[in-house]
Amino acid sequence: MTTGRRVVVTGIGVLSPIGNDLASYWDSLANGRVGIAPPTRVDPDILAGEMVAEVKDFDPSAHFTDRELAPLDRVSQIAVVAARQAVDQAGIDFSGDLGERTAAIIGTGIGGSDTIDDSYHRLYGTGAKRVYPLTVPKLMPNAPASQVSMHLGVRGPSFGIVSACSSATHAIGTAFHMIRAGLTDAAITGGAESCINLGTLKGWEAMRVMANDTCRPFSKGRRGLVLGEGASLFVLETMAAAEARGAEVLGEVIGFGMSADAADLTNPDVGGMARAMRACLDDAGLEPGDVDYINAHGTGTAANDKAETAALKSAFGDAIGSIPASSTKSMVGHALGAAGALEFAAAVLAVRNNVAPPTANYLGPDPACDLDYVTEGPRPMPIDVAVSNSFAFGGLNAVLAARAA
Amino acid sequence: MTDVTADVLAIIQKKIPKEDKSIAVGDSLEELGLESVDFLEMVFDVEEKFDVQIDYNANTAAEDFKTVQDVVNAIQELVDKKG
Repeated sequence: MTTGRRVVVTGIGVLSPIGNDLASYWDSLANGRVGIAPPTRVDPDILAGEMVAEVKDFDPSAHFTDRELAPLDRVSQIAVVAARQAVDQAGIDFSGDLGERTAAIIGTGIGGSDTIDDSYHRLYGTGAKRVYPLTVPKLMPNAPASQVSMHLGVRGPSFGIVSACSSATHAIGTAFHMIRAGLTDAAITGGAESCINLGTLKGWEAMRVMANDTCRPFSKGRRGLVLGEGASLFVLETMAAAEARGAEVLGEVIGFGMSADAADLTNPDVGGMARAMRACLDDAGLEPGDVDYINAHGTGTAANDKAETAALKSAFGDAIGSIPASSTKSMVGHALGAAGALEFAAAVLAVRNNVAPPTANYLGPDPACDLDYVTEGPRPMPIDVAVSNSFAFGGLNAVLAARAA
Repeated sequence: MTDVTADVLAIIQKKIPKEDKSIAVGDSLEELGLESVDFLEMVFDVEEKFDVQIDYNANTAAEDFKTVQDVVNAIQELVDKKG
């Protein structure tokens, strides 16, 4: 167990395919509502039938003036709105010294993906001779971190974190470790991704791993992953500071583990996944049997689901027989660099509400996936400790643990 | 040997990671040493060469395409349909 200052969550913002604030997100998770449908932001006729999970009913002009919107790609828009929600809930004020001791550490898989796509379309598709002047600051992968820092007035250590589908988990874990170690006092951290555009979808289509029906993690008959989008941002601070402010604590961050496979580029590695899980348990000082619920990476691809099942058995041993592990990607799709934040939010909400959200869309058992995936629907049960897994293309693994407040 | 067979063999041959690049239509793709990324590139090269779209999903690939012959058959069918 690594010792240091205790770190707690006092605010969570969410923009997701199943709800654009924390309360509606949880209401959907706890009722098994699925946010997957054909794309509305890309013409489905030029795709091979992929389903997507889009953030719905998001009107940027309700949140920003025209002048504010000019330098904001959609990924930064949803990041800033989620950060505002988190800060409002935390009731924290960054105007004084605390602002200089607060970090903005935000993961994204791509950055301003719509801006990249629009710019290429302009140049190569329409033959335009120039692109929009703020193209570069809109598309940079640190844009969500920079924009959150500017809009929320946090002036401490701030940067983006890029590790594909593990980005948000690496970001939250890094912020947690920095606060625990006394390197900074608070953080706005999490992940954002907005990538439902033609270029990104065609790239994923070429990987041949996309489902054309829905996302069915760990299920027989699954056809692969469903690309999603969204943002989830957390306010983290020390337990002592939260208590001193009289802030409501939503949950405690207790562990973070990382590893690299150093093996195949796209195929997951059981050993790498298991090492990250064990590192997280060690960091938190947990025994496998202390964990009550696992939010699995659960992409719904054959490769992930089999490897993650084997890795869960390896890391948790016999204890995994009595720990439910569900994939909320079955409802929100795979939001790449935001996925880990949406899922850590689900894990914190699970311990807060004592409900394990389900793996939706399940058709029946796959012999290679034989754990308890909460396929019958949301499960009310006592949950004190939850773990959230993220594994990325390129073999970069990150795992977080949370405890009830 | 039909043109399709020869072309498919040539494309797959380039993806074989071993020094011994001998290949026959009955060979298993797995035994030839093709890994997932090689497989993806092979499908792409074949589609580009014949201007077809193979109904290939990596999640079910193991059942759909076991041997070189399976790939040849899928392409032949698509080429015939086009022709």
